[in-house]
Amino acid sequence: MADIRMRVNGSIEKLDVEPRVSLLDALREHLGLTGTKKGCDQGACGACTVLADGERIVSCLALAVQYADRDITTIEGVTSPLQRSFVRHDGFQCGYCTSGQICSAVGMLTEHAAGAPSAVTGDLATMEIELTAEEIRERMSGNLCRCGAYNGIVAAIEEGIR
Amino acid sequence: MTTKLFGEPVRRREDARLVSGEGRFLDDLGQQALAAAFVRSPHAHARITSIDVDAALEVAGLVAIYTWEDLPAGVAEPLPLLIPHPALTHGRTAYPLARDIVRHVGEPIVMVVARDRYLAEDICSLIEIGYEYFKPVVGLEEAVSSTHLVHQDVPGNVGAHLVQEVPSAGGQSAAEAIAAAPHTLAFRLDIERSACMPLEGKGVYARWDADDESLRVYSSTQTSTSVRMAIAAKLGLPLPKVEVIAPDVGGGFGVKIVHPWPEEVLVPWAARLLNQEIKWTEDRREHFISSAHERAQIQHVQVGFDDAGRVLGLSVEILHDHGAYTPYGIIVPIITSTQLLGPYRIGAYRVEFSSIYTNTVQVTPYRGAGRPQGVFCMERTMDKIAQKLGLDRADVRAANFIQPDQFPYDQGLIFQDGRPLIYDSGDYPESLRKLKDLIGWDEFPALRESARAEGRRLGIGLGCYVEGTGVGPYEGGHIQITSDGRVHVSTGLTSQGQGHETVFAQIAATELGVPIERVSVVTGDTRRFGYAVGTFASRAAVMSGNAIALACRKVREKALRVAADALEADPRDLEITDGVVHVVGSPAASIPLATVAVLSNPLRYAFDEEAKRATQFATTGSMDRPPVAEGEEPGLEGKGYYSPIRSTFASGMHAAIVETDPETAEIRILRYAVVHDCGKMINPMLVEGQIHGGVAQGVGGALYEKMVYDEHGQLLNASFMDFLMPYATEIPHIETDHLETPSPLNPLGIKGAGEAGVIPVSAVIAAAIEDAEGFPIDRMPISPSDLYDLRLRSPR
Repeated sequence: MADIRMRVNGSIEKLDVEPRVSLLDALREHLGLTGTKKGCDQGACGACTVLADGERIVSCLALAVQYADRDITTIEGVTSPLQRSFVRHDGFQCGYCTSGQICSAVGMLTEHAAGAPSAVTGDLATMEIELTAEEIRERMSGNLCRCGAYNGIVAAIEEGIR
Repeated sequence: MTTKLFGEPVRRREDARLVSGEGRFLDDLGQQALAAAFVRSPHAHARITSIDVDAALEVAGLVAIYTWEDLPAGVAEPLPLLIPHPALTHGRTAYPLARDIVRHVGEPIVMVVARDRYLAEDICSLIEIGYEYFKPVVGLEEAVSSTHLVHQDVPGNVGAHLVQEVPSAGGQSAAEAIAAAPHTLAFRLDIERSACMPLEGKGVYARWDADDESLRVYSSTQTSTSVRMAIAAKLGLPLPKVEVIAPDVGGGFGVKIVHPWPEEVLVPWAARLLNQEIKWTEDRREHFISSAHERAQIQHVQVGFDDAGRVLGLSVEILHDHGAYTPYGIIVPIITSTQLLGPYRIGAYRVEFSSIYTNTVQVTPYRGAGRPQGVFCMERTMDKIAQKLGLDRADVRAANFIQPDQFPYDQGLIFQDGRPLIYDSGDYPESLRKLKDLIGWDEFPALRESARAEGRRLGIGLGCYVEGTGVGPYEGGHIQITSDGRVHVSTGLTSQGQGHETVFAQIAATELGVPIERVSVVTGDTRRFGYAVGTFASRAAVMSGNAIALACRKVREKALRVAADALEADPRDLEITDGVVHVVGSPAASIPLATVAVLSNPLRYAFDEEAKRATQFATTGSMDRPPVAEGEEPGLEGKGYYSPIRSTFASGMHAAIVETDPETAEIRILRYAVVHDCGKMINPMLVEGQIHGGVAQGVGGALYEKMVYDEHGQLLNASFMDFLMPYATEIPHIETDHLETPSPLNPLGIKGAGEAGVIPVSAVIAAAIEDAEGFPIDRMPISPSDLYDLRLRSPR
């Protein structure tokens, strides 16, 4: 067992976990933060996306012990205008992917603000990349929504950045 | 009805909890429960010769290990065959834990209960199982020609064989009509397997209450009432001692209507036996290899038609792959063979299907449930007719349409509900006109030519469908208005993201004349409503929506009676607005519904200020009548049931413009247009969402999704890395237009919308690729590699 500390949604949490426990399971089963979801446990669906020091990660492919002393934000700790725009634009149906979509969008906007290009960015030298619908789709392409609310998700993020 | 919310794009009442991580899905419950895990067969076809648990027994934290031999009589039997049919002569279902033979990779053999899931899986890995291997049967053509059998007592691997035949008006058979037709075509179509793949897998959490001798089960299911009956029957418990609740469910799309899954019987059984809470949540690989798939068919088509492209005779032979077991009967091929006819009035029709066993995961309905295959068949046929005659593809369809004055239209077949396939209403020519306008059908040839001049390949395609929705037998709704003025609505069917809490609240608020904020809706909880069928076949809005409306009308009538007494008015002069009953024309003469609720329940004891009004010395009722009049019941409460004579038929038409890369064969959807008619819309925003979701799954089926089995019956792409589903990058902007042709069959005039979006997409995309490339596209899905290979074989 490993004794670790972690700042989660602003408060210091002590965890006593096996080294093999994923960050996702630590959050859900040890800290009771069940808002973060497990869709595939293989890093392919994005439902488990959380923010580690502001950067989006898939928590199913992370071990809790790797994140000792880091600052983790889960959906329970997110207060973003994106949440309202997801509602306004019908950006989900069953809601199972939604925590991950919102955390991912928050992290994506931080990456964009820092000037990170994506696979569809034309001019890599430019400092001001316009977040077009195509850019948003590409940058959100790690998050699966089986209900297919993608057009609503893109519209919600477009509204969120205005 | 003055508080009109029916038909408005009301925002979803489910949403606040879901954007803040406060949804309660199955695995969010029972955090202290023991965990179950399963040892599943790694082989597609084998006899179990030994199970050695010795090493597993040493692990600290182990609670129990169960094999088939440990199961009591009711639990040890094969799982039920849910939908028997006379043509299903050789239906077979699995044991909850394999008894001696395993018939697909993923079949459960051993159940382990342990302190947590990590441990449970450790223990599973220590259990040694010996096998005697058999040659697996994989693939439809191999299954029908093979001497190897999936079930030793099922000759030819044929589970069911069904023929339906409708002669022409002149009495000709399809064969005769085709033989006599001026033009004929014959071809083969192939459709691959896909699967529902809800982002939340299945899951069961059971709590036995030893003091009360009762069982509470939470399941990520599309039918909690039916799971409840199955558990009570299997475990030999009185029905009132079992409650089943579907919490927030992370998508279903069909797979969660199947029940009871082995785990839905085993987890409650073990929870009772051990007197401990137990939970099992399905992992992604388990969902791939041990839940259900759908779609796979081979179709042989013969068609005869006249110079205008009118179909004179159509004959379709279908081979349908139903995997290793048939718990859901032959619903999928029945729907394919009956819904194939779409919006068309054809001469003579013959359809024959064989439903075939293979050593693969069982096949049960996935959104669309056989319709995408049927529509692929009919729409490819229409395109081939147009091609052969040199006619416009839209014109050929128009020449075959059932006309608006021909409803009700009897197709002469028996549908999936066992009732005649009679279309209730529709306006197909108007849908086509709208679609052509929306996509710019008539202007497209010029666009294609100008793109071609730049070396680009563009193509356009369209597809039409009719969807039987709202199948019976029934659903119910219960309404209770409590003395605080709140309206509590419940219905037995379940929700998986459709927005039922919102649309059912819209219906109740509109019917009762109350603000929607005062209405709360509960679905899928047998403690609240015990009679239901379930959520499938685009039926929830039609079935429960109408049942709730009928229940509201009963309660409204009673509220007006009670209010009329209090106001000394005629009930016919009363109206309810914003939760207040008032006399039309004199707003001062009014009484809040909350007070009506108090007065409707004569009290002996006052529990609060409001309740004092209903106690024996406060009321002014007649001394000649009992406090509760004969034939009345206390309270503002009522139930309603809706049971339709037959299904109602929604319809729609889609069109797409695609671009194919001349070098890489990459396929891009440039535009996607939908015209949809689901009768009167309760909430256009939610209808739109359902359409979008369906189209997204349809695009997956058209371009990406297939289950790749090798000859050993191993599913090679059982992960989200290898089974490709659309992300935001693959789904185009979707343009929609609506028609509202009310259904004459139900009080609200509505038709279902849940599956519509997915149904024609493969046909539409195939048509558009064919148009861009100039050679036939007869299989789905089609990847860039497939298209590249087709180009090599089909010189332009």
